Amino acid sequence: MIRAVIVMNNQGKPRLSKFYDFQPVEKQQELIRCVYEVLRTRAENMSNFIQANSIFGPDAWLVYKNYATLYFIFVFDSSENELAMLDLMQVFVETLDKCLSNACELDIVFNFSKVGKGLKCNHAGPKINDLVAQLIAHDFLSELLSELNCLLVELLGFCIFLASNLI
Amino acid sequence: MAGSSIMETLFQRTLDDIIKGLRLQLIGESAFISKAMEEIRREIKSTDPHTKSTALQKLTYFNSVHGLDMSWAAFHVVEVIGSSRFAHKKIGYLAASQSFHDGTDVMLLITNQLRKDLTSTNEFEVSLALECLSRIATLDLARDLTPEIFTLLSSSKNLVRKKAIGVILRVFGVYPDAVRVCFKRLVENLESPDPQMVSATVGVFCELASKDPGSYLPLAPEFYKILVDSKNNWILIKVMKIFAKLVQLEPRLAKRVVEPICEHMARTGAKSLMFECVRTIVTSLAEYESAVKHAVVKIRELLIDDDPNLKYLGLQALSIVASKHLWAVLENKEVVIKSLSDADPNIKLESLRLVMAMVSDSNVSEISRVLVNYALKSDPEFCNEILGSILSTCGRNFYEKIIDFDWYVSLLGEMSRIPHCQKGEEVENQFIDIGMRVKDVRPELVRVARDLLIDPALLGNPFLNRILSAAAWVSGEYVEFSKNPFELMEALLQPRTSLLPPSIRAVYIHSAFKVLIFCLHSYFFQRKTIASSSLSSNDLAQGVSDSVSVRESPKGSGSATCEAPANELDGGFNPRIPSQLSKDIPTGNGDEMIVTHGQTSSFASLEKNSFTEDSISNLLNLIEMALGPLSVSHEIELQERARNILGFIELIKQEIPGSLDQGEGNFEREQLKASEVINVMRDAFSKELGPVSISAQERVPVPDGLMLNENLCDLEKICGDVQLPSTSSFSLGTPHSKEKIGVSLLNLQSKEESEPSTESTSLLAEHRKRHGLYYLSSEKNEISSTDYPPANEMKLQDDLHDDAEDLVKLTEQSLVPKKKPNHAKPRPVVVRLDEGDEVSIVAKKPDSKDDLLSGAVRDVLFGNEAIPTSSQRNPSDKSSSKRKGKEKVNIDLPSELKENLGDEEKPDLGNPSSRRSKHRTHGKERRHRSPGKNDEEREENVQKEKQKSSHRHGRHKARQRADGPLNVVAQAAVIPDFLL
Repeated sequence: MIRAVIVMNNQGKPRLSKFYDFQPVEKQQELIRCVYEVLRTRAENMSNFIQANSIFGPDAWLVYKNYATLYFIFVFDSSENELAMLDLMQVFVETLDKCLSNACELDIVFNFSKVGKGLKCNHAGPKINDLVAQLIAHDFLSELLSELNCLLVELLGFCIFLASNLI
Repeated sequence: MAGSSIMETLFQRTLDDIIKGLRLQLIGESAFISKAMEEIRREIKSTDPHTKSTALQKLTYFNSVHGLDMSWAAFHVVEVIGSSRFAHKKIGYLAASQSFHDGTDVMLLITNQLRKDLTSTNEFEVSLALECLSRIATLDLARDLTPEIFTLLSSSKNLVRKKAIGVILRVFGVYPDAVRVCFKRLVENLESPDPQMVSATVGVFCELASKDPGSYLPLAPEFYKILVDSKNNWILIKVMKIFAKLVQLEPRLAKRVVEPICEHMARTGAKSLMFECVRTIVTSLAEYESAVKHAVVKIRELLIDDDPNLKYLGLQALSIVASKHLWAVLENKEVVIKSLSDADPNIKLESLRLVMAMVSDSNVSEISRVLVNYALKSDPEFCNEILGSILSTCGRNFYEKIIDFDWYVSLLGEMSRIPHCQKGEEVENQFIDIGMRVKDVRPELVRVARDLLIDPALLGNPFLNRILSAAAWVSGEYVEFSKNPFELMEALLQPRTSLLPPSIRAVYIHSAFKVLIFCLHSYFFQRKTIASSSLSSNDLAQGVSDSVSVRESPKGSGSATCEAPANELDGGFNPRIPSQLSKDIPTGNGDEMIVTHGQTSSFASLEKNSFTEDSISNLLNLIEMALGPLSVSHEIELQERARNILGFIELIKQEIPGSLDQGEGNFEREQLKASEVINVMRDAFSKELGPVSISAQERVPVPDGLMLNENLCDLEKICGDVQLPSTSSFSLGTPHSKEKIGVSLLNLQSKEESEPSTESTSLLAEHRKRHGLYYLSSEKNEISSTDYPPANEMKLQDDLHDDAEDLVKLTEQSLVPKKKPNHAKPRPVVVRLDEGDEVSIVAKKPDSKDDLLSGAVRDVLFGNEAIPTSSQRNPSDKSSSKRKGKEKVNIDLPSELKENLGDEEKPDLGNPSSRRSKHRTHGKERRHRSPGKNDEEREENVQKEKQKSSHRHGRHKARQRADGPLNVVAQAAVIPDFLL
């Protein structure tokens, strides 16, 4: 299963982190730092897999990819296929790109909740990557739609609320 | 109030504002954050849900990205979850899944809210609750919400159902009894027409099976169907992972799955699926030659790919194959060796592992040579990886791959000199280990040790300390093989030894002591032989060996006078000699000597080093000068040892001048005293040390009256200020590698025991007791300073500059599995004792949680139909069964079931006619049957079961199988029938 998803920039600042096993915040920060220490030593054109037992305990692998100034990192164990993880990451990034139209680091910074949303549906059920790649985008959009709906309802509610207060 | 809340709402900073503000960095990040946190703390207490939820959202953001604690806000999270608006709920659930854990005390407060959301008509609310539950579910939550999840498992909305399936994994994990309720529906989802459902379900089973594959064997037919029919790569990968586990338990499954897997491998264009096929084949289907051949072809494709990821995975797959099919590695050796110089450390490591897998006893020296040369040019990290893997490969299983130990020992010496070498500990262990186990290599060992000791440059490198300590020990212990003990002594006492840590310096001093005893003994012995051969032989040759008279000086060294007594001593004291030497010996004597442990003493270089008065007194002066300052050292070990030696010299000095100055008559008496002391000391060092079994200590019975559990705090007070020697610095007493007891050396020792044991042995024993760890008793044997020609030349600095191309070229030759070249000399004996040899493999037991889970799964799969849980409001009960009345009694069933897992199905099997019609009463029946009775019936039931299995197993539906009890015992026989 996937144990964590981290997005950080190339200075080691986390932009998004999801740990699917509960970790205290200090531990999370430490793990992120450790991952960054490993990643920074790796040049381009190296393989994207790292055995991460020393950081995340036994049976932990890490796949990362560098897009512009961002590192995308998935931590997973032996019940995932490495290449499939790489694909999944690609889909995730593409989805972000689509949804945020040409995603860059700033977008992810500013759209924290949306990106988190996208991730959530990536793992319907936290640890299970049950989504077929093509379906992710669809799911993502449907959730966005639902959000929009709720927003409308909320706006309506707020207007009524305002009105009632004014009256 | 209302007004202020409006104000708050209108002027509250949203998350976006916070992020923008943070980016602007007007007042510095930490100041900004602490200001924002202040706001949050205020806002989160607001009664307005919008203000509250926005504050919580900001807090969640800080928690996630900036690592701020948010556990204090747990109660507010619960409040926000309870909001009626979706947007607020969403924020609340996100915060909960991020910050709640088993220890969160407000967890129980959300049970009702979760239940409400799980039964909501809005699918998005349901999925929010499911997502959150999948992260935070505890035993209580899972137990209370299992009924709702059960209902959702057959929801008509795909989004919800998919997530419910995902949640199941967590629920099973924390609350195994849920299996009894939900398992059937989960299995049904395997056959769903919707690939998303199948994918989710297979994912869950993949996770479950990775912990306890055995329980899921009965589902093999379903998985097989998916494997054959599915077109979805993601699902196929997961199914293959499941099969990789199952096949290892049920070899007959392999026959069925190998074909479809090979098909997928040949057909698919997706690298991920192809790699999964390859991995499944090489890990679990390695017996199927043709499949492995196809897989190796695919591996080759990966290896020559430009993408480093594929290359890396290819190497990884290859190293899995290596254990069973070495030919696959040899076929690809060129790529493997080229990868050694890849830029990517992953690839380098993996190929290093493969190269080491190719090592055999015929090519070990070439490969090691190439690798050591390569290590010289690598970066420090990889250099140490190389050295480490050479050491571990060569040392594996008592150096089984090493034939020429002389070569190996000099390789160790060479490795120690590599600038980046940080493998001091391993080298140290092997140095000492080889010294103790392989007698024949000792001369070379001493030579290598001398070269290391004598080099003052090495003393400054802290990584080499351990190696030097081993070298010092070796040269002290086996000093009789030393060509020049005086030089050795100088090396041991050179001023730069002050750079060493005290524990290692102590070893140096102790070794110096041994060398001193050796020199003195040689000196006196020489004197005596010159003075009167008959006398000395009476005095010294106490433990007379059979061979005494037969032997002659092997070297014909020329100092004729010393020959006869030398040999007598020889037999008495069991000096050691390398095997090469025995070849030099005239044939008649050679045989004899092999009988007496193939040992003799050599005096070849006696006249060269001849222990003259001058040299001895120089030696004594040198020691006094070097150790004098240490006798007031603050390091207790150093001080003690230095004083021991100085005291000893004091003692000897009184004797020596007398013996030198006196005439013939006096000489006898004086000499007697001195040499007696020395003999005693030499005896003390002459006991050969053998490897110690790791379990040796256990075999010593605990003496009566020894209270091991007694509190030692009093002792602590006393010893508090004493610095304990680091136990690791010398490891003879401690079993540093899995060693056996050196019983084989007993015969040697027994001879020595026949020597007169004087009162000094008790002194010695005391000394030994006091020094515990550091007491390195060794044979301080007489005169033999040998000048054996070194077995092979070890100057290696010549060819340090070959690059990757040469590497390939060189190894290419060496990697060809040669048909055993004839070795110049036979492999020397490596002392190893059978007892305690096996490393006890502790079968790792799955933890209790897993036990519970798999027990429950087995229950469901192999026998009883789902038994309702203790939950009273289980809606599934209404729909699926009419057992309400029984629920109470069933509450305690699970544990009982687990206990008699094997037994409980038997009664049903005993009367299979009623099996299908009487499901509902099974629970009852089972309870009424006593386990004893079941035991009696077990045997015959097993028989019956086996006969019946063929009838029963035509059916495929999981539901039916779950209803129809399967026998755990017959489980193995059952699976293939399903597949046929």
